[in-house]
Amino acid sequence: MADVNRGNRPLSPHLTIYRPQWTSMTSILVRITGNGLIVGALLIVWWFVALAAGPEAYAMADAVITSWFGDLVMILSVWALWYHLLGGLRHLIWDAGYMLDVNKGEMLGQGSVIAATLLTVFTAIVV
Amino acid sequence: MAYMTDRKRAIGNGSAKSGTEHHWQMIISSVALLLLVPFFVFTFGPALGGTYEEALTYYARPYPAAIAALTFLVGFLHFRSGVQVLIEDYVHGMAQKVLIIAMICLSYAAAAVALLAIVRLAL
Repeated sequence: MADVNRGNRPLSPHLTIYRPQWTSMTSILVRITGNGLIVGALLIVWWFVALAAGPEAYAMADAVITSWFGDLVMILSVWALWYHLLGGLRHLIWDAGYMLDVNKGEMLGQGSVIAATLLTVFTAIVV
Repeated sequence: MAYMTDRKRAIGNGSAKSGTEHHWQMIISSVALLLLVPFFVFTFGPALGGTYEEALTYYARPYPAAIAALTFLVGFLHFRSGVQVLIEDYVHGMAQKVLIIAMICLSYAAAAVALLAIVRLAL
């Protein structure tokens, strides 16, 4: 019922009209990374299933995950994982009512990008 | 029926009628994942790329196996709710319903299959 007049009525300006800002971009990136993580997650589930299934299955899964393509997915997933984790932490801070003004919001966003990158480098070195 | 007043019916519903439950679930799972994800990254990381025998003995240990099981369980429940919001924002009508159902099935299936594999490895 709510869809009756969709698209045929005046709408307020949306994303296309706004200049990119740290607050909006870092928020969109939380969504992209969170949902994009399904790719890496399913690859890792495949690795576990293959390991439980036997040596041939494991060799196959291991070859895919440690190939250049697998490495690319894994390193992007690690960055996405850390970034999404920090973005989620930011949401918890906001939900608790802290750091809600624009300056601090931007600071948290920039901090998340930097910290996620550092954590990715750290993970790549340690792991 | 006789004792149900209009006010009683409205209390606690808000304008959206529902959604607080969903948000609260996301908060709970995100706090859990805040701890589980670092543990998983640094237990799974060293196992990745090892030989079949190495990986097998590694995940026969209860500690990495329990971390992996919890991470998959909570992670896929978190994904199930998160992807639902994504779909609700951009897809509408029948396609929205179909996609949400498909993603819920995928989330539970992935969680179940991962848990089954880990149980087999650990026992």
